[in-house]
Amino acid sequence: MSGGAHPADPVSAAVARAFRDERAIVLATLIRQAGDFQLAEDAVQDAFEAAVTAWRRDGVPANPGAWITTAARRRAIDRLRRDRSVAARAERLAELMRLDAQHEEEPTMDDGSSIVDDRLRLIFTCCHPALQMPARVALTLRALGGMTTGEIARAFLVEEPTMGKRIVRAKRKIADAHIPYRVPADEELPDRLRGVLRVVYLIFNEGYAATGGDRLVRGELCDEAIRLGELLCRLMPDDAEVWGLSALMLLHDARRDARVDPSGRYAALDEQDRSLWDRSRIREGLARLEHAVRLRRPGEYQLQAAITALQIQAPDPEATDWAQIAELYGALARLNPSPVIELNRAVAVGLADGPAAGLALLEPLLGDSALERYQPLQAAHAELLSRAGDAAGAARAYERAIALSANDVERAELERRLGALR
Amino acid sequence: MSQYMLLVYQEEVDPTEQAEREAELPLYVEFFRSLREAGLLVGVQRLHSTESATTVRVRGGETEITDGPFAVTKEFLAGYYIVDCADLDEALKQAARFPGARYGTVEVRPVMPVEQWVKVAREAGADVPDQAVEDLA
Repeated sequence: MSGGAHPADPVSAAVARAFRDERAIVLATLIRQAGDFQLAEDAVQDAFEAAVTAWRRDGVPANPGAWITTAARRRAIDRLRRDRSVAARAERLAELMRLDAQHEEEPTMDDGSSIVDDRLRLIFTCCHPALQMPARVALTLRALGGMTTGEIARAFLVEEPTMGKRIVRAKRKIADAHIPYRVPADEELPDRLRGVLRVVYLIFNEGYAATGGDRLVRGELCDEAIRLGELLCRLMPDDAEVWGLSALMLLHDARRDARVDPSGRYAALDEQDRSLWDRSRIREGLARLEHAVRLRRPGEYQLQAAITALQIQAPDPEATDWAQIAELYGALARLNPSPVIELNRAVAVGLADGPAAGLALLEPLLGDSALERYQPLQAAHAELLSRAGDAAGAARAYERAIALSANDVERAELERRLGALR
Repeated sequence: MSQYMLLVYQEEVDPTEQAEREAELPLYVEFFRSLREAGLLVGVQRLHSTESATTVRVRGGETEITDGPFAVTKEFLAGYYIVDCADLDEALKQAARFPGARYGTVEVRPVMPVEQWVKVAREAGADVPDQAVEDLA
């Protein structure tokens, strides 16, 4: 429904807009009230289907969100009357009917009310560690994003029935195993929030890396992840890493269009047409990073965002402050030691202090068997060797990198660089 | 008298075959009743399918939570606990407190409420009297 598959008649457009803007809020609240994920989702789906007919007949209501809320609640009541298996069914029914009998104004859909808490509950349920990572990702996109199962399936390059089963299974586990619908207690919260951020960043990277598949749908993943990041900033404004992740995604995404040049060739950061960078995304990203830093709780997303910010803010590639970037990678490595971060540090040091210093840091990584098939390591090695004047060594490293490349655009670029050596 | 635990193993089958099995609930009710009348039955509970399972291990002080049932390895079933918990989070927390979780594995499986068991059997076409809910409890 969100994919723009419908012609742009006003009713379809209004339904699509309501689906995008209101669905997660209505669903999150109804899950709490009905006490059943699947039932609430079915009821919300019914409500959107009913909206198409009703709005075409009666006109689009003044407050589409309120209309959908009421319709979904009534559908939930109908479904609860028929389904006797829901736990505490009588209480749920009584509560829903009490809410339905209230003729007062529907609660407004803005933040700062208990409705926000429901979306937060929903995020923590969808990202629960007792669910498999692919299920967490799919469920989060399905419940909190505006994506249909078919769109999620296309974005992750799986068949729609496979993705459908994955989502159904996850919802059944939530119901059968009683995965709670709440924000975790204080002592669990930091850990569980890290888990939520990991899911959101994974969604973003899946869209950003675009190792295959439909570019357009992939871009939608980036947009969904950014929207989830912004939602988390509103729901958990005291957590610095929430702001750090939001900043990081915005700063990466600002360069999405510049990563491929008009001929379809991959453009590395220093070759990108900077006029293609999205200035408003950069401004927003930098503002969010500043906000994060003011909270004075450093973390890995903030450090990564700070690195990206330094790369973006340099007036041209030569003026990039590589020394400071190398330092930030050092801080990142202390916080979360990983060979990939070490590789990035080596590249930054190579640019700050010359290729010999970079190669000295890279050397130990080349012996790591876990990284043997890691294309960026071979590509970085080739680059440093080339700059150090070792053309033969660089050629061998480029060949290894080319053999490991899974992406046509990337491979073409490595071949071009290899050719330039000769 | 000695106590014995009877462990029930089953393959998960396709929905049609599963429905045929569910419809056999009266046979189970009869079996429980005969055990109870003979004074042999201590307790019986049906578990939800392995799809609802979560496994817990504690290694190096860190709790590892994995979606899915315990995979067959050299470890063998050594015992069981039945705990009343508010939700899965509490059950996982208690599982991680189990001292053996530091070297073994704890599979956390929700118990299927008797009402649900009866409902599934009725949906599969079994004629189950309301009394069965008490018999199975």
